Amino acid sequence: MATRGASEAVFAVSAAADATPSLWLEAGRRFRRHHLAMVGSVILISMVVAVLTGPLVWRQPINEIDFKAKLKGPSWSHPLGTDDLGQDLLARMLYGGRISLAVGIAAMLIAISIGTTIGATSGFVGGKLDNTLMRITDMFLSLPGLPLLLLIVYLFRDTLRKTLGPEAGIFILIVAVIGGLRWMPVARLVRAQFLSLREKEFVEAARSLGAPAFRQMFRHLLPNSMGPVLVAATIDVAAAIIAESTLSFLGLGFPPDIPTWGRILFDAKDNLDFAPHWAIFPGTAIFLTVLSINYIGDALRDALDPRKVLGR
Amino acid sequence: MDEREVRDFITDIRAGRLSRRAFTRIMVGLGLTGPLAAQLLAAAGVAAQPKIDSFSPTRRGGGGQLKVLWWQAPTLLNPHFALGTKDQDGSRVFYEPLAAYDPEGNLFPVLAQEIPSLENGGVARDGKSVIWKLKRGVTWHDGKPFTVDDLIFNWEYAADPATAAVTITSYRDLERVEKLDSHTARLVFKNPTPFWFDAFCGARGMIIPKHLFDAYRGAKSREAPANLKPVGTGPYRFVDFKPGDIVRGEINPTYHVPNRPFFDQFEMKGGGDAASAARAVLQTGEYDFAWNLQVADDVLKRLEQGGRGHVDMAIGGAVEHIQLNNTDPWKEVDGERSSLKTTHPFLTEAPVRAALNLLVDRSAIHEEIYGRLGQATPNFLNGPARFRSPNMRWEFNVERANQILDGAGWRRGSDGVRAKDGRRLTLLYQTSINPERQKTQAIVKQACAKAGIEVELKSVVSSVYFSSDVGNPDTYTKFYADIQMYSTGPGAPDPQTFMSNFTTVEIVSKSNKWQGRNIARWRNEEYDRVWKMAESETDPVKRAAQFIRMNDMLIQHVVVIPIVWRNAVAGVSNRLKSTDISGWDSNLWRLAYWYRQS
Repeated sequence: MATRGASEAVFAVSAAADATPSLWLEAGRRFRRHHLAMVGSVILISMVVAVLTGPLVWRQPINEIDFKAKLKGPSWSHPLGTDDLGQDLLARMLYGGRISLAVGIAAMLIAISIGTTIGATSGFVGGKLDNTLMRITDMFLSLPGLPLLLLIVYLFRDTLRKTLGPEAGIFILIVAVIGGLRWMPVARLVRAQFLSLREKEFVEAARSLGAPAFRQMFRHLLPNSMGPVLVAATIDVAAAIIAESTLSFLGLGFPPDIPTWGRILFDAKDNLDFAPHWAIFPGTAIFLTVLSINYIGDALRDALDPRKVLGR
Repeated sequence: MDEREVRDFITDIRAGRLSRRAFTRIMVGLGLTGPLAAQLLAAAGVAAQPKIDSFSPTRRGGGGQLKVLWWQAPTLLNPHFALGTKDQDGSRVFYEPLAAYDPEGNLFPVLAQEIPSLENGGVARDGKSVIWKLKRGVTWHDGKPFTVDDLIFNWEYAADPATAAVTITSYRDLERVEKLDSHTARLVFKNPTPFWFDAFCGARGMIIPKHLFDAYRGAKSREAPANLKPVGTGPYRFVDFKPGDIVRGEINPTYHVPNRPFFDQFEMKGGGDAASAARAVLQTGEYDFAWNLQVADDVLKRLEQGGRGHVDMAIGGAVEHIQLNNTDPWKEVDGERSSLKTTHPFLTEAPVRAALNLLVDRSAIHEEIYGRLGQATPNFLNGPARFRSPNMRWEFNVERANQILDGAGWRRGSDGVRAKDGRRLTLLYQTSINPERQKTQAIVKQACAKAGIEVELKSVVSSVYFSSDVGNPDTYTKFYADIQMYSTGPGAPDPQTFMSNFTTVEIVSKSNKWQGRNIARWRNEEYDRVWKMAESETDPVKRAAQFIRMNDMLIQHVVVIPIVWRNAVAGVSNRLKSTDISGWDSNLWRLAYWYRQS
């Protein structure tokens, strides 16, 4: 994209719009060459489809207690087995997956948007504002994560619970807290990218051609700095899923009967030697999701980085 | 059968017209338990057989190292400051009381020569004094003799509010401790005291040496070096202590019981959780003994199949129960929720309480979760056995709960949740984080849903939930929820303190920094009156009847919903013998007698 940006700046600024489709086509082509990422995409998409449509097809309730069927391994009536209250694990996994995936993705989006905004502003404007924003970032980085999280949860939990109900309130709180505490690395990455890209010839060229600030930023700098951000984003999804399980573990997450993947795993730990299926399925789900997202991020970075030359 | 008839039987036994066994059989036939009969007799002064130990060693020591696992580790080793059983147990390795409580709740002499009773003249008829004869020839680990002066010192030390000892409640009702001679003391109480075996007995009765603590009375009490380096009379001498981690001891070569103890070194390791502690004793055999295994019975059974250890249980009085909040947890008055100035919008309604009582499936919770570790119970006061009410019954009946709620005007809405006067029947149900409790929550929630009661679950990490931190809204004493569940028990074989959990003076509130015992915030004048009567009732049979009445009031008013009467549970290596844990005292009450079979 750097070369494209540069040539575009030299020849015609208005021609840029025509070049865009081929950029994405090119990126798509590069992405498809990353086989693991393709496998990851298939897995991730099927998981998302499963948690969205699964509960419509698999109509077992998530909290039907049946002691006669407790701790049963996979069978036709319970494809993923049951837990120690005889509750159907498939239904719980599908329900919990919605929450876990939604928490992961929403928290990631928050972290990325805050981080990119602050990093981009800081790197582009520079000077005093840069200094102030970076000190704020440092301050956030130095905050001890877990105690702060606990404090925020304590302060706002009851208010949110009252206005939005136990599940939605906690969801918003957790997503905001996890997202709000994970944007700092993204901000630093974006700023560093901006600082180095700002001095590149193609940006200078754009500037000399009179491109306004927002155009330089959104057209030239931001797309070129997306690579590391995407990788950070994928890591954040994984971290958010895990942070949610930490909160559940401390009793500050969702109510104990909401079967998020982290919660199912936690409940299963004492029975690991006896009923491994109970832990294996949610564990595998978290593992596959995180791995898939990481590969996708990896491939996206390769695909969107024009400096990286791929053999044809 | 009434009080008079029981008394006649007891007179018959005294006179030799009826055997103890026959009496026990009659009592069992009436639905009472064996220990209950034994305690009725003990209370009436009919002596039981002394305990016989099958193992009689010919010399002290030679047993190598004893390794025990306390998954919550002791943080200090002064029994007067013990916060919870972990600290009491850590102290018990080195310190001893005059008498311990055995598994049946009887007194077992440790530093006492004999147990005072009406017969030997030790216990005064008016219940206002008791004479203890101390064992002669007992020395502290540093060689100084143990005498009545130490006893007097412990009373002065613990009863002084400036010392801030947690044992103050056991000692403040003593008017004085008189020295009759160097080894005989008379304890004089301010009022007639049926529970005279509180001070100097059991986990709260350990005695510390005067010569090391005398300089640290009152406000300086926390500065004593011996708080962390105990010098006691116990079977093991102090070697090393790392708070929250490890306690080490070595054999006391001058221990006052001949040829005891068996082990040369003692190690108490802390940390981890109950499940991993169970594994270390039952499955891998790394440790000899593990305390307080709060683990599902299914898990314990599987671990026992390892063949290295077994689960040892003792019947105590602990009861897992649900409390119903009598005040409104959702309205803040003077900076405090669940304030006494409010009343709960619907939990004070008798039909709602009655319905909830019918919606707890105690047999499922007992069978599927607690198994051998407890039993379903209708009573709040389950032990000692002579205080257990035979009058109460429990029932699980969703249909009847529905009828009761229908009859009280609670109509189901379109979402299946009942409502009356625009108020939905929805409850917040809190407890600590513990797999057994979360399962119980799920079972209760499901039954409530069938009766049109919406239940929202909340679980709080134990270190927060059971803390006394006034700044934290999630503690069990704050009770910012509609109902809550945890386990509590008398801790000593007398329910006087335990039953004060529902007296008006003990109600927790902001004004007493939530330091009180009445957490359900229930007020009842009659209950207060009966409790007060029991405090100084010296007739054991009448007093038992008073406690039974108190229990029945709690159940009839559904102040609490008892679920499971829980046993004390420990993991014991198959080679470790004579541990004989008691539900009334520290797990280490017989530590001096433990031995390992080769």
